[in-house]
Amino acid sequence: MADKRIKIVVGKPGLDGHDRGAKVVALALRDAGMEVIYTGLHQSLEQIVKTAVQEAADVIGLSIMSGAHLPICRRLLEMLAAEQISDVPLVVGGVIPKQDIPKLTRMGVKGVFPGGTPFAEIVSGIQSIVTPI
Amino acid sequence: MGVAKYIKNEKDAIQEVVYQSGIKVKPTYTPADLEAAGFEYESDLGDPGEYPFTRSLHPQGYRSRAWTTRQYTGFGTPEETNKRFQLMISHGQTGLNVAFDLPTQMGYDSDDPMAVGEVGRVGMAVDSLRDFEIAFKDIPLDRIGSGLTINAVASITLAMYQAVAEKFGYAKDKISATPQNDILKEMIGRGAWIFPVDDAVRLVGDSIEYAVRELPRSNPVSICGYHIRESGATPAQEIAYAFEIAKAYIDNVQARGLSAEDFVGRFSFNLNVFGNLWEQIAKFRAARKLWAKMLREEYGVQDKKKLFLRGLFGGGGSGLTKAQPENNIMRGAFYALGAALSGAQTTALCSFDEAYTIPTPRAALLSLRTLEIIMDEVGLRDTVDPLAGSYFIETLTKQMESKILEEMKQVKEIGGMVHAVASGFIQRKVAQQAYEFEKGLQDGTYVKVGVNKYTDGEEEQPDVDLHQYDESWVDRQVDNLKELRRTRDNREVTRTLKALEQATRGGKNVMPYLVECCHAYATVGEMAGVLREIFGEWKEPTIF
Repeated sequence: MADKRIKIVVGKPGLDGHDRGAKVVALALRDAGMEVIYTGLHQSLEQIVKTAVQEAADVIGLSIMSGAHLPICRRLLEMLAAEQISDVPLVVGGVIPKQDIPKLTRMGVKGVFPGGTPFAEIVSGIQSIVTPI
Repeated sequence: MGVAKYIKNEKDAIQEVVYQSGIKVKPTYTPADLEAAGFEYESDLGDPGEYPFTRSLHPQGYRSRAWTTRQYTGFGTPEETNKRFQLMISHGQTGLNVAFDLPTQMGYDSDDPMAVGEVGRVGMAVDSLRDFEIAFKDIPLDRIGSGLTINAVASITLAMYQAVAEKFGYAKDKISATPQNDILKEMIGRGAWIFPVDDAVRLVGDSIEYAVRELPRSNPVSICGYHIRESGATPAQEIAYAFEIAKAYIDNVQARGLSAEDFVGRFSFNLNVFGNLWEQIAKFRAARKLWAKMLREEYGVQDKKKLFLRGLFGGGGSGLTKAQPENNIMRGAFYALGAALSGAQTTALCSFDEAYTIPTPRAALLSLRTLEIIMDEVGLRDTVDPLAGSYFIETLTKQMESKILEEMKQVKEIGGMVHAVASGFIQRKVAQQAYEFEKGLQDGTYVKVGVNKYTDGEEEQPDVDLHQYDESWVDRQVDNLKELRRTRDNREVTRTLKALEQATRGGKNVMPYLVECCHAYATVGEMAGVLREIFGEWKEPTIF
């Protein structure tokens, strides 16, 4: 199998404008050799899913600083199912309290990387999610 | 973050110190350093209250007046927010700084589909004048000034503040509103923008032009180096970009036939205090001097009072950490010290739990007490600009001046701030710097206590009592909004919105029309909707 670059859509859903984390992680993923599409701010979940479909993304990453990660991820996973692309893994970062990580995992989120997670951990985490052994 | 880079040997002796702004710091400073820097008291400092105001805007500094304290406050419904306002004022806070929720900031009503999950979460929900009547109930608006942290819809919110003051019987020339109203910094680093750049700047210009005539005690704009620094800018860039943004607004208003002398005296700033103490102090002293010089030399402003760099120096969010949150209480104390040594007129502190969520009353009061102790107990009111004459601080202040001017020159060379923001130049630069800082934190180049040094070893989330978001606020807000739409005079709403639309399209100053809309109880979503329809929305430039 040819070595293909992992293509990730990094999305900022909703009204929140705190994008430093999303941009910094996007730059780190790009430096790690991934192809990064950063959606910019104020995206609806529909827009993010549409971008992921159009770009044939290997993985979708959401940056959520507002505290609304549980309802947002739940909705996005439902939408991926509706688009029949549930095989595209969802990972999430931002302001995620520890107690919510198991809830997200149970929901079907494949990776949770709260703010402060070392870049190496995010990169290898995404790599192992996209290309499971 | 904002910490300096320290190169140490194996015995923990410091061999090199480099500040974020790019200045290398020596172990010792002597009179020879002042001479080498060409330091001259009259031209570099002046006495407190004298041009170029490096030492202080006022001859007596804090001896005549302690700083104004304005903790950023607001959440849930206007009722909840009014309660917290009254609590803070009863504990000695001397001004307000209102936090609005994201739907309000983005021009959506609380029942808009775009508002789901966000109503009352990061600030107070405001849909109409009715909400302001509740929020500002029993607040003496002629004695307490209100910062309004609002930008894309600042013109709407300022109009609403005038409307509520009038409703309560205050003359509009007695009230003091400071809408943040700095859209260019939103586009760089805060993200609550709506309209395209030129239309957004037009709205800023409209509100400045209007306020100069109609709201003489108000400060129609608070230019924010704060958020630019939060996005990854260095302290020198923070000031440089804030000044270049100020120029963009000055130029917009001057093009309407006013001269800077007429309005620039009401400009204010919102600047950040975190990271290296000395770098901040030197930054603020250099900034006061450069602002005065720039206005006098480039804009011909004569009146001494109009040369003042007035502002809130405080914060600073990105200095605080999630890990070991109680450390943030101490950090706040040091930042407050920095702000006081810098002569801040107004200040505020991010509270120790703010890395998690909105501050609890206890956390907010701890911040306020910190500011009160600085003023009342440990001597910061004793004398003006106590560090003046320090070989280190005066050398550093002159070096910061050069750094700031260098950064301003770069913006000028690429065509000015409006172009720099519209093209994404500033955004790319600060994002890259933020990335470099983060890498430095992860590899230990920069030390952050509790994060990469002296870490607990505990994996548990610390025991911090957190502010809880209450879903019932949403129901109450939406019910009230629906009730409002039923009971108001909807013909008057339609009439005033139509007039707003025509004025906007006709290039008129939108402010008087917005005041009319507010009095008719048009909603934020309706007023912003008119503007959205006409201007459309900004498309962010790509940053990769």
